[in-house]
Amino acid sequence: MAYELEFEKPLVELRKKISELKEFTKHRDVDFSDELNKLEARLEKLENDIYANLSPWDRVQIARHPNRPTTLDYIDRLFTNFFECHGDRCFGDDEAIVGGIAKYHGLPVTVIGHQRGKDTKENIRRNFGMPHPEGYRKALRLMKQAEKFGRPIICFIDTKGAYPGKAAEERGQSEAIARNLFEMAGLTVPVVCIVIGEGGSGGALALGVGNYVHMLENSTYSVISPEGAAAILWKDASLAKKAAETMKITAKDLKQLGVIDEMIPEVRGGAHRNVDEQAKYIDDVLQRSLRELLPLNAEQLIAQRYEKYKKIGDFIESQQHVSVT
Amino acid sequence: MLKDLFSKKKKYATIPSEQAKQDVPEGIMTKCPKCKKIMYTKELVKNLRVCISCGYHHPMSAPERIACLLDEGTFHEYDRHLLSKNPLDFPQYMEKIEEDREKTKLNEAVVTGEGTINGFPVVIAVMDSRFRMGSMGSVVGEKIARAIERAMEKSVPFIIFTASGGARMQEGVLSLMQMAKTSAALKLFSEQGGLIISVMTHPTTGGVSASFASLGDYNFAEPGALIGFAGRRVIEQTVREELPDDFQTAEFLLKHGQLDAVIPRHELKDKLTNVLDIHQSRGGDEWHTN
Repeated sequence: MAYELEFEKPLVELRKKISELKEFTKHRDVDFSDELNKLEARLEKLENDIYANLSPWDRVQIARHPNRPTTLDYIDRLFTNFFECHGDRCFGDDEAIVGGIAKYHGLPVTVIGHQRGKDTKENIRRNFGMPHPEGYRKALRLMKQAEKFGRPIICFIDTKGAYPGKAAEERGQSEAIARNLFEMAGLTVPVVCIVIGEGGSGGALALGVGNYVHMLENSTYSVISPEGAAAILWKDASLAKKAAETMKITAKDLKQLGVIDEMIPEVRGGAHRNVDEQAKYIDDVLQRSLRELLPLNAEQLIAQRYEKYKKIGDFIESQQHVSVT
Repeated sequence: MLKDLFSKKKKYATIPSEQAKQDVPEGIMTKCPKCKKIMYTKELVKNLRVCISCGYHHPMSAPERIACLLDEGTFHEYDRHLLSKNPLDFPQYMEKIEEDREKTKLNEAVVTGEGTINGFPVVIAVMDSRFRMGSMGSVVGEKIARAIERAMEKSVPFIIFTASGGARMQEGVLSLMQMAKTSAALKLFSEQGGLIISVMTHPTTGGVSASFASLGDYNFAEPGALIGFAGRRVIEQTVREELPDDFQTAEFLLKHGQLDAVIPRHELKDKLTNVLDIHQSRGGDEWHTN
């Protein structure tokens, strides 16, 4: 099987043994059903053990799995009437971000998300899901349009980060991200964001200032990739695993820190194992979130969003004044 | 001789006899300017004037456009009574207008009115490039502004099909000001929450592309349409370099972020219906129970 992850190796071996044994009994006149049952029970237990105790690094691997469902996979399954809108009306159309209008259980919505490619060719076209400023400006254009027509906005977050390149700097990558944070804070319509893969730094946050921010169980959200952190902190990118364990980048950790609102469970072994089923899990949470937000007016929505971000941060309000004089 | 093996058969140009010329009356056949294929005009019209062999989108007249887009019998035309004057006393201007009026049976280069698209009510303005190359003078500006006002009164979406060489030179600065007039009307409409859809068809240039054509909540274009501000030759002479082949085509604009989508003519009605539908629905009651 292609794309088995490191921690899944024992499972792969056991599965192979089982299928060999099955093949063997097919052609001979011997009964191994007892042994087979035992082995299958062992496989079940092993799967449970492994998938219930995934380390942060294991989750990083799942979040980066080549077959991990992308924004368009979920758009196909969760929405109808999707019509994709292109371009920032200034410079270009960045295919690392997709967006458009659609219906969600009949409700008109605007849906936007980072988009990775499924193969090398598509990845080159979509720049591996790493947007340039025009991508963020397209997203903002669509959000403003949603605001004009009173449509809720749903954002799917899935990027290694905003693209670090010469052209991106020339066109104002920082300004584009900053503008999105600024404008999203003031949107008068409900905004629900869902991290579905990697949430890489500012490039992810630029689609991530919402009334609710949810995260799939095996996705990650962080200020920098584990490799980048290791390179900066310990000058050694190979210590990425260690960085992943310390940086609190999993859904569970972020829920505890109050950065996200809800962790959306994943099908066992990761979303790529059953995309239809995974879409249903997302559907449940998304419907609930929108139902809670729709009755709020513009002022309430903006206040709720501000309160949410105001609360995030960790510090001490001490009695003594620390001063340099 | 060896060279005889490669002898060329001489080809002579044939001149059709006077009689042969009369066999095919004008207009029965149309030659596609792109693939050069010659086809029956009737067949071409039936195919919404999209070339049967290469897919080239031939220009469509405003009445044809309205007939293929709006639900049958729903179109009600506005402002047929507005006629151009000659504010600059431009020589020959009135005669040319008269000629085009005769030829097209239209009062000016834009047809405005209301109707429904698959049941969705809209106010629509369709420019016609047969009339003074679809150029915008006082009447075109006024008709479009009035149509936008009607859309505002009725609270229905406004759809504009552009096809224009730009502002009408013969009316001078008054043409230029029509850009401001139409844009101002769109601003008021937009502030009221009105939906604006612009569909740019071949060609959309100059003052029209620099005003209402680019101001849609959704900007669409037909494949291959020439869209731009300054003409290609002007730019080439200014920058003194050759421009890419696809420069200023709909596809070029899509790549450069100016369009939401390039939509082939056969898909246009369905795609517009979807956009209108999403904008009209509020979602079922289950979304609004609180």
